[in-house]
Amino acid sequence: MTTVITAILILFGLAVVFGIILGYASVRFRVEGNPIVDQIDALLPQTQCGQCGYPGCRPYAEAISNGDAINKCPPGGQSTIEALADLLDVEAVPLDAEHGEEQAKTVAFIREDECIGCTKCIQACPVDAILGAAKQMHTVISSECTGCDLCVEPCPVDCIDMIPVETTIANWKWPAPAESRNLNLIATDRGRGELQHQEAH
Amino acid sequence: MGKVFAFHGGIHPPENKKQSTRTPIRKAPLPKLLYLPLQQHIGMAASPLVNVGDRVLKGQMIAEPVGRISASLHAPTSGTIRSIGPHPVPHASGLESDCIVIESDGQDEWLEHKGLEDYTQLEPSALIEHIRRCGIAGMGGAGFPTDVKLHLGDDHIVNTLIINAAECEPYITADDMLMRERAHEILGGIRVISHLLKPSHIMIGIEDNKSHAIHTLESVLKGCDLNIDIRVVPTKYPSGGERQLIQLLTGLEVPSGHIPADIGIVCQNIGTTAAIYRAVHHGEPLISRIVTVTGDAVAQPQNLEALIGTPFADLLDAANVYENKLYRLVMGGPMMGVTIEHDQIPVIKTTNCIIAATIDEMPPAPPEQPCIRCNMCEQVCPVTLLPQQLYWFSKGREFDKAKHHNLFDCIECGACAYVCPSSIPLVQYYRFAKSEIRTEEAEQRKADHARERFEARQARLEREQEEKEARRKARAEEAARAQKARKSAETETTAAEPVQDINALKTAAAVARTKLKKAQKALDAARDSGEGDIPALEAAVQAAQTSSEQAQQALEKAEGAKPAAPAAVDTKQLKTAAAVARTKLKKAQKALDAARESGEGDLATLEAALKAAQESADQAQQAFEQAESGASTDAAAAGPDLKQLKTAAAVARTKLKKARDALKNAEDKGLEGLDKLRATLTTLEQKADEADKAYKDAESAAGASAAPAQAAPIDMKALKQQVSIMRTKLKKAEAALDGLEGDERTQAEQALEELRQRHAEADKAFKAAEQAQIDAAAAQGVDLKQLKIDAAMARAAVTKLERALAKTEEAQERTSIEAELVTARDKAEQLNKTLQQHEPA
Amino acid sequence: MSLIRMSSPHVYKTNTTANVMRLVLLATLPGILALTFFFGWGTLIQIVWAGALALAFEAAILKLRRRPIMFYLNDGSALVTALLLAVAIPPFAPWWVTAVGVFVAIVIAKHLYGGLGQNPFNPAMVAYALLLISFPVEMTRWTAPFVLNGEGWPVASFMDTLGAIFGSVEHVWYDSFTGATPLDELRHRSGLTTEETWRQSLVLSQGIGAWHAVSAAWFMGGIFLLYRKIITWHAPISMLLALAISATLFYGFDPDNYADPFFHLSTGATMLAAFFIITDPVSSATSNRGRIIFGASIGVLIFIIRTWGNYPDGVAFAVLLMNLAAPFIDLYSQPRSYGHSQSNKGRGGKA
Repeated sequence: MTTVITAILILFGLAVVFGIILGYASVRFRVEGNPIVDQIDALLPQTQCGQCGYPGCRPYAEAISNGDAINKCPPGGQSTIEALADLLDVEAVPLDAEHGEEQAKTVAFIREDECIGCTKCIQACPVDAILGAAKQMHTVISSECTGCDLCVEPCPVDCIDMIPVETTIANWKWPAPAESRNLNLIATDRGRGELQHQEAH
Repeated sequence: MGKVFAFHGGIHPPENKKQSTRTPIRKAPLPKLLYLPLQQHIGMAASPLVNVGDRVLKGQMIAEPVGRISASLHAPTSGTIRSIGPHPVPHASGLESDCIVIESDGQDEWLEHKGLEDYTQLEPSALIEHIRRCGIAGMGGAGFPTDVKLHLGDDHIVNTLIINAAECEPYITADDMLMRERAHEILGGIRVISHLLKPSHIMIGIEDNKSHAIHTLESVLKGCDLNIDIRVVPTKYPSGGERQLIQLLTGLEVPSGHIPADIGIVCQNIGTTAAIYRAVHHGEPLISRIVTVTGDAVAQPQNLEALIGTPFADLLDAANVYENKLYRLVMGGPMMGVTIEHDQIPVIKTTNCIIAATIDEMPPAPPEQPCIRCNMCEQVCPVTLLPQQLYWFSKGREFDKAKHHNLFDCIECGACAYVCPSSIPLVQYYRFAKSEIRTEEAEQRKADHARERFEARQARLEREQEEKEARRKARAEEAARAQKARKSAETETTAAEPVQDINALKTAAAVARTKLKKAQKALDAARDSGEGDIPALEAAVQAAQTSSEQAQQALEKAEGAKPAAPAAVDTKQLKTAAAVARTKLKKAQKALDAARESGEGDLATLEAALKAAQESADQAQQAFEQAESGASTDAAAAGPDLKQLKTAAAVARTKLKKARDALKNAEDKGLEGLDKLRATLTTLEQKADEADKAYKDAESAAGASAAPAQAAPIDMKALKQQVSIMRTKLKKAEAALDGLEGDERTQAEQALEELRQRHAEADKAFKAAEQAQIDAAAAQGVDLKQLKIDAAMARAAVTKLERALAKTEEAQERTSIEAELVTARDKAEQLNKTLQQHEPA
Repeated sequence: MSLIRMSSPHVYKTNTTANVMRLVLLATLPGILALTFFFGWGTLIQIVWAGALALAFEAAILKLRRRPIMFYLNDGSALVTALLLAVAIPPFAPWWVTAVGVFVAIVIAKHLYGGLGQNPFNPAMVAYALLLISFPVEMTRWTAPFVLNGEGWPVASFMDTLGAIFGSVEHVWYDSFTGATPLDELRHRSGLTTEETWRQSLVLSQGIGAWHAVSAAWFMGGIFLLYRKIITWHAPISMLLALAISATLFYGFDPDNYADPFFHLSTGATMLAAFFIITDPVSSATSNRGRIIFGASIGVLIFIIRTWGNYPDGVAFAVLLMNLAAPFIDLYSQPRSYGHSQSNKGRGGKA
């Protein structure tokens, strides 16, 4: 009987000691990480477009941290979903089409001679990227525009276009090399590469 | 010859250099059209200085640098600007960029130019500016603006100047030929650079496959006073890479993310030195360069001195290209050059070679096989990276890991792809990964920026909302207060609030007195018993006394202020009071009369009441009259009714004008009744003059210095108009006079004379007014300034006093400061008011 | 003008995976010849048989995986795997042993992991280890060199050998000329000192020359590969040095119980492993530094397994163990890049 009690006491003692050690460690070696909401917010594209159904990126980040789906952000697209999946250690799912489709990057452009100066778009712009005053023509600062579309709807004369960002030498990207996995080639084709040649045209 | 070190890796591709060194450098034929991209260098694109249709001379600057890292652009030949707009440029993307297109006129007419007489006497910054104005950018590869590199001596200690003559890429011989034929230019350029950077050691790095060039350079350098070493390095690609050459010649590595100048080394391409020589000694900007045109698809591979902007097609023609054999056109070397899809793409400052290759010479890339981790890429990498790891990470889009494996140290030399037995386009994978990472970073930056802006906007909206709310509240309170004030004013004619205040003050004073008494008592008791904290009690008594006095003072002050309040009683109420009194009086009178008639009632009392009523009515009347007169004096003091006077004057003037019109009509038609009209006119004129005079008197009486300034523009305008009207009239009258006879004529002449006189007067008046205005403006200008200063000083005094008030606790001092503050405030307000009146003028 | 657009470089070395494999095959020739000379036709027959099987299995599995068959078949990697397995198994091993080995090497060890370039283990060694564990009798019955055989050269006629391998001849027949290898002899010496074993064993005292000669032949092939820059010196030299140093240490300390370093270097599969097996790029460490660590570890492991293990030779196990460790070695043996004061460690990035 005493052995049982001894064993229990020893185990209890050990539990207390380790509990103290662990408790101390958790305080002493606490990792001061970014709150998860900030980390999620940092991954979102900050267009503040509201396509996810929340009024801005931060609210959506908060919603995700509370368990909302990570695939509601069309401007971020698949890469954002993957980054979020990576961060939250969940499975990357395809974009929820309900909230829109991933599109090429665009910027708003005001056809200036049609603008009547109603300031409605200025009020709609979440990042203050539209300049202008009442009865004055408005214009978009394209470097500040996130392409969120929010100014298009309120315009009473439909003078705002979303134009895709043009590829110039400055923002041109090298494409990934073409995959040649399924080519029905033989290795001796090397040096002639007719197939590649045809592909190039 | 010093020691030559080694760098890791490297390859030995077939050189293919012999083909293009057989003939000397030849001038390329003058092309019809030249395309000059605005961005041929690293940094900001140049900004055009010319317009379409302008004629430019050879060597004329046609685009200027924008910002520090940028280079200017010059017309390579004389001709006209045909267009400025997008045109394909030599770039891996094959995209278009803005170019200035010059149509050459065939005369090749130089702008007047001459070299610097003695550059050693010039300020270094002036010399560098001269080089900058000549548009010189690195001619080896990247096209880094040379002037920026020459400024490196300012903030770095430059020990070693390395002249890069390695030219390690196969096929290219432009630098080789330059050294063979123009070694003295190179030396001249090196002199300029070393004058600017003052290095202790100059090294020319050259590969051992250019024995002819080495020989020529050595003979030119013989007897040279500069400390120049020709360092012959073994032929191995990429020994001409800046960092690799530095390692070869000095054994040092340029730290990642730094520039060579950080370890005291500056590297210049040998072609650039020759361009500097030409710029400094001949004043020639960078408008041409040596281009190797080679490859199996040209009949005569050679080096051509081509104007910048020459389309490749012209150079290929000059070297007799076989169009049907041409398969791949490469600008630069076979290892790092970019493919060109369009033969109208122009030569730019960095174009050192054009390879027209046949399909056998440069077959398309073979299909990619799996990587077997053979490690050959690692063996040849000059940066000692792990190319295959980078490949796996790039392919798998694991860009974080690729970055961790120093992807951005990769110089894209192509050695790994060259040796890869699996024909993996490694360099393209790295370029892809690099541009993805750059885009990602740019997007992240943009997202962060957008977040910041969004948050700033949210904060602003919130703030605005709050402000709006605050304003709304303030307005509501104001309205409520106004309402209350009106109500209280309506209910009791005497000011209720001051009374209330006085009551409160009275209570406070009483309380203070009581406290004082109590304290005194306590003190007395303490003194009597000899117990307790006497000093403390004494202090308490003192304090109580002070507060009591204060309260008393405040009460007195309030009471003294009280009589002032009814002064503001408005006349309407007084009138009502008077009327009421009168009514009462009448009633009393009536009652008295009735009583007398009936003989009933207490006559004496009634009489007394009547008397009292009469008295009060009189009083009320008096008060009312007093108030009214007071009000009118106020109004008078504020100035006579300028507006009314003005209107009167205007009416008079209109009438006068009408009369004049009538007279003019009559005069024009030579009608009868001229006299009558004239008489009317005179009276009208008199009247108008009177009105005007009254108005002016009133204005001057108003005494405000602002008045003349405000009135002046109006007067001036009117005067001017008058003068011109008179002049017209005079002319018309003169014309009319010719058609008249006899008496009428004399009369008319008289009238004319009169008119003339009047015109002269008006003219004089106008001029005088003008002068007066100028004087006034001048006087006012000074005054305004003084006023402004005064106002500002007054305001400052007010703030100072306010602060002092907030600080002091001593009652006496407080009151004195308060008094001062009041006067200061008055003064400031006054000054402000005057200032405001004057300022719009 | 329709010109093509592509990324630089625009020229390539005429150097292909197939070329690499061909050169490796060429480099094995001296070893094959030496084996054939000392141990009879068996080796050659095994090579042909294994090669044919390997090509067949490779083609079949490529077909199953829907990959371009000829494109991959031509790279020659299957042949190299088959050859390395064939020279490692006893010359008179039955045909089915080889068949099982090749199947394991090509199908399981290579293609089930994703094909060329993806296999974490050396396919030939996976197969060898599996055969050694599954069929110990067949796998440990090595032929005695012809010098020990009374009938002189060759050990057996070609047809006899063929018959023995493909099962038409009785076991008993070739039992007469198969025996223990030098490593076996030294391993199973039952308490004798090294010198006593040496004196007592026929294989050690008289036949050892055959093994020395074969090792020398592999070494020659290795030098050829080094010369052609198909392999780098890092892994082989570090392995040989590590093995020699460990052997010297123990031999110097206790010569009675341990074999001398030269013996270790010149018997068994030491030379074959050093130049042909551990240099398999796919399953070895990547960087030069990594390969030095990789090779040295294998050298030490070979010595340990030979001296204290259950099996006479430890090459296969040592290689497989270090294959396991190769990715880890890669993480911590990255070279210092130009312009960096320290080399990177680990993979970096998330996950």
